[in-house]
Amino acid sequence: MNLAIRDIRRNSGRFALTTIGIGMLLMVVLGMGGIYRGLVDDALVVTRGVGADVWVVQRDTRGPFAEISRLPRSVVDRVATVPGIHGAKEFVFHTIQREHRGKPLRMGVLGLGWPIDKGEGLPLVAGRPLAQNHFEMIADESLGLALGEKLRLAKDTYTVVGLTRWLVASGGDGIACFTSRDAQAIQFDEPGESIRLERRARRARADAIDFGRTQPRVLERAAGTSRDIAALPGPAISAVIAGLAPGVDPANVQRIMGGWGDVTVYTATQQEELLLKGSVDRARRQILLFRVLLTIISAVIMALIIYTLTLDKLHPIALLKLIGAPNRTIMGLILQQSLIMGALAYGVGYLIGMRLFPLFPRRVLVTNDDLLRVAGIVLLISVVASLLGIWKAMRVAPNEAIG
Amino acid sequence: MGEPLALEASGLTKVYGHGHTEVVAMRDATMRVRRGEVVALLGPSGAGKSTFLLCVGLINPPTRGSVAIGGRLIQDGPDSLGDLRRFRREHIGFVFQKSNLIPFLSAVENVQVVGELVGKAPSVARRRAMELLGELGVGARSLNMPTQLSGGEQQRVTVARALANQPSLILADEPTAALDSVRGRQVMQLFRDVSHTHGTAVIVVTHDHRALDVFDTIYEMEDGVLTQTTHASVLGQRSAG
Ligand SMILES: Nc1ncnc2c1ncn2[C@@H]1O[C@H](COP(=O)(O)OP(=O)(O)OP(=O)(O)O)[C@@H](O)[C@H]1O
Ligand SMILES: [Mg+2]
Repeated sequence: MNLAIRDIRRNSGRFALTTIGIGMLLMVVLGMGGIYRGLVDDALVVTRGVGADVWVVQRDTRGPFAEISRLPRSVVDRVATVPGIHGAKEFVFHTIQREHRGKPLRMGVLGLGWPIDKGEGLPLVAGRPLAQNHFEMIADESLGLALGEKLRLAKDTYTVVGLTRWLVASGGDGIACFTSRDAQAIQFDEPGESIRLERRARRARADAIDFGRTQPRVLERAAGTSRDIAALPGPAISAVIAGLAPGVDPANVQRIMGGWGDVTVYTATQQEELLLKGSVDRARRQILLFRVLLTIISAVIMALIIYTLTLDKLHPIALLKLIGAPNRTIMGLILQQSLIMGALAYGVGYLIGMRLFPLFPRRVLVTNDDLLRVAGIVLLISVVASLLGIWKAMRVAPNEAIG
Repeated sequence: MGEPLALEASGLTKVYGHGHTEVVAMRDATMRVRRGEVVALLGPSGAGKSTFLLCVGLINPPTRGSVAIGGRLIQDGPDSLGDLRRFRREHIGFVFQKSNLIPFLSAVENVQVVGELVGKAPSVARRRAMELLGELGVGARSLNMPTQLSGGEQQRVTVARALANQPSLILADEPTAALDSVRGRQVMQLFRDVSHTHGTAVIVVTHDHRALDVFDTIYEMEDGVLTQTTHASVLGQRSAG
């Protein structure tokens, strides 16, 4: 006959409530781990998604995810000439915030290297990749846009043709993918008035110098579009990404481009490290510490509960000793209750968590490894928690049963 | 030599506390009980009757003196020779004044559990428990929890538990205090029947002088001193007093 279950059955209501309480706590422990994993995974999803072996960024910057990096377009062609490199393409990434349907909409704008990259490699859950080099976008579900929805950005209207899941920037904002031309157009959008003023200013400057006055073509050009002015730079890109031919040592490539004065080169691994050490590291450590704290609190609470459950049973325990029950039976009673409580609480935490976590605004990624690890911790907590109760139970004298 | 005595308690002395709080609850108590003998233990409150039962029941060690059960020396002064709990569950049955049932077990489980403690299969232990409860007239209440039973019913379940492992010694401390006189007498009678059929030695602490005729031997205790007496002297005392 199992005494632990008999006793639980007698106090089933109280036991259930306590178990649910601990279950919630364990759910938070699981969730914290999930948030931590989600954070790491989100931070890496874009870099992993583009699958580049080499990142070429503005000299001495940490790359487009950590800070602003600007490179002239021409770097793409320069990188392409380096031996061992293949598929060099521009990478455009920046974050914007607009009003949409009366609510602020923050999104990461990612430029795809059209026509080589149409977004086939993205985690699409609906729709299709880009099919034309303008006015189409692939949006992440978390942005709340529907397939076919039209969005006005800069001076153009873009149609959502595809939806991705969990494609987010390290800050948690959903990412929308455009061709890199469109991405730049969105980034460098200037209001018409400001363009007009800029042209007037250029024209005035041209008027003021001899060269402008003697060369009517110059005056004309100065008031025209900036793209036609050879002396002005084209819109910048954020980085150049490239693959490596098989068997090429990334360190070699890095050394060659390291000689160029205007860029810094990172391998894919270095880029991931930069991301983890940089933007998400503090958040990550914060969550980790919080999780450790929560685990300790769960352990303490469980130990106290098991201890009070034991205190309530001291009389029956003395009685069991009186009728000759060995210590093994009494320890078993307490340990089993602790384990049952731990196991049920874990189940409760898991079930509630699995239903609740998907509703969170950011990804809560609970891996099987984490599930196992938390299960192990719960097992350990259950055993440790029962020790206090067992210690108390061992101290009870059998004659207390007849006091 | 004949068969060993069921109980041989020699020179038992118990001192509680020390210094100012010292209480000598029992002095040099000696008692020999044969197999199948039913013993009554009388005496005023505070005389040391419970103290005596706790010592011979291997629950509280005596300060001095020894306890041998079934011819085996098991308690020598404060030292115990062997696993007392094991000895208790195999050889001694207890019944106390307040019913002492495990609150989270049903009536039948309370009896079954002691059978399982000595290694009986659950089904065997349960069958025996049901039989005993039936014999004691509480078979119909076997699935009830202790709180759902009357005081007398609880006491009968406790008696069934004491009998479950066919102990060689049953110790009962005012077992009938919660029962009416008819039920009380039934319980005493039951001890006597068990004792005579199984050879179990029974020691009963009681204040109920009406049921004294079921006992083979009567002891009295006063101020920690144990003496053997006779039916006649006890009854004479009563009529005189
Ligand atoms: N644990 C203890 N510590 C100190 N003194 C105790 C303890 N237990 C009993 N005593 C004392 O020992 C004496 C004998 O007590 P005991 O319980 O054996 O009496 P009793 O004959 O069973 O009385 P009653 O008929 O009231 O149950 C009493 O004076 C009591 O106060
Ligand atoms: Mg007493």
